[in-house]
Amino acid sequence: MTVASVASAHASIGLGGLAASGLLIAVAVAISLWRRLGLERSVLWAATRALGQLLIVGWALQLVVDPDDPLIWSGLWLTFMLLFASWTTAQRAPGVPRVFVLSMVAYLMSGLVTLGVLFGFQIYEIEGRTIVPLAGIVVGNSLSATVLVSRQLLIAAHEQRDVIEGRLALGLSAADSFRPHLRQALRTALVPQVETTKAVGIVALPGAMVGLILAGVDPVDAVRVQISVMYLVLGSVATTTTVMSLGIARQLFTSAQQLRRFEPAA
Amino acid sequence: MTDADGFSLRSVAAGPPATPILRDVTVDIPAAGITVIVGPSGSGKSTLLRLLNRLDDPLGGEVRWHGEPLDSIAPQALRRQVATVFQRPPLFPGSVLDNFRVADPDVDADRAVHVMAHVGLDPALLNRAASALSGGEAQRMCVARALLTRPRVLLADEPTAALDLDARLAIEALARQLADEGLAVVWVSHDTEQLRRLADHVLAIVGGAVAAFGHLADLDASDDAVVRRLVGAPEPGERS
Repeated sequence: MTVASVASAHASIGLGGLAASGLLIAVAVAISLWRRLGLERSVLWAATRALGQLLIVGWALQLVVDPDDPLIWSGLWLTFMLLFASWTTAQRAPGVPRVFVLSMVAYLMSGLVTLGVLFGFQIYEIEGRTIVPLAGIVVGNSLSATVLVSRQLLIAAHEQRDVIEGRLALGLSAADSFRPHLRQALRTALVPQVETTKAVGIVALPGAMVGLILAGVDPVDAVRVQISVMYLVLGSVATTTTVMSLGIARQLFTSAQQLRRFEPAA
Repeated sequence: MTDADGFSLRSVAAGPPATPILRDVTVDIPAAGITVIVGPSGSGKSTLLRLLNRLDDPLGGEVRWHGEPLDSIAPQALRRQVATVFQRPPLFPGSVLDNFRVADPDVDADRAVHVMAHVGLDPALLNRAASALSGGEAQRMCVARALLTRPRVLLADEPTAALDLDARLAIEALARQLADEGLAVVWVSHDTEQLRRLADHVLAIVGGAVAAFGHLADLDASDDAVVRRLVGAPEPGERS
């Protein structure tokens, strides 16, 4: 039995239930009014926007989750996801050379490695209902770390220029001259994810597990799914940031082992 | 004609493409003694030095080292022949020995102590954190670290600018000692007194071009008042 099969349980919330859960938004608005936080409009807009986005996503997911639907829909979804994540990374890490292409390669390679393991070992079956959400986990969780590592590398190249050129001047290669800074940037990007993984189940119950339990799945089965998701997140963040940082490190130097001049964006 | 024994620059332009700092530099820098590069702030002294070990490439023209175009020499091999000491000594994490091992991973304690003694650095500092050295000690350590690559020439970009007078004089004495031992030194300075203490040859750069090159006595007698001022030439009545 694959892990995916545990998701066969059903649970549904009717429109009444949905409306009732909206009472919690009313609570947030009331608190804002009571404490004069001035956040009522933001809270309402956020709640409405989330509702709209998720309804659209839910509708669109119907195109890919049915086993009878062709995988081309999943492929299109993944393409859009990849382009959007790369665009978002480029917006949030301006000044990084070739950031759009590099991040696309990083997400793609990370997806191939991590999903290759999950599907290759038949932990999940290859179908729309697994491909799209799992790829979403890869990209979604890697995005922040990818932006962080990109910014860190650019700042290091700018602020540590004298040390890097000090190594170059001793005849070290560009890769050797930049290695300590690359290592530090990768550690900075990965440590939060490692800490989150350590704290899982103690500080907070992860979303996928909670969702499955609420949907009526046996908690032990839900934990098995969650563990695979957690390892997927850790693996994908590590892979994406590594590919990204190696790509950026190459862009920072000329073929004559000279450190290019970049100004990190404010 | 090019000087096959040193650096040969022909019509070199360098700096940002939109606003080049060096515009048209043609000069032969000998691979012997101490050549001091002098010029007003922003004239392109450091820009020129960075061309000689290919930390930067020229926008135009050609630089040769011992007759070979620089871009035909592998950058890593070139930089081990053409060592550099910077104004702010770049210190790597760890001890003095750790710093030496960046230049030469195989360096042992005996050779490290030998090279420290060579530059007048107390061998007891070998295991001291590099970040704990004084300014003068740090600069000496950087010279020692550079010597571990067995260079043929040492580029020095205002290496004493941040040091007090005693440390400055000590580093100058070290440069003279190394030059006398056969290591060519190309030294950027904006300190006229230092120039007069050190220079075997002087290269005066003004406005991104060579204003004068030659022995100090030749520049003292230059017709160009700017050159005479740059080298601190004595007034006619003061000359010996």
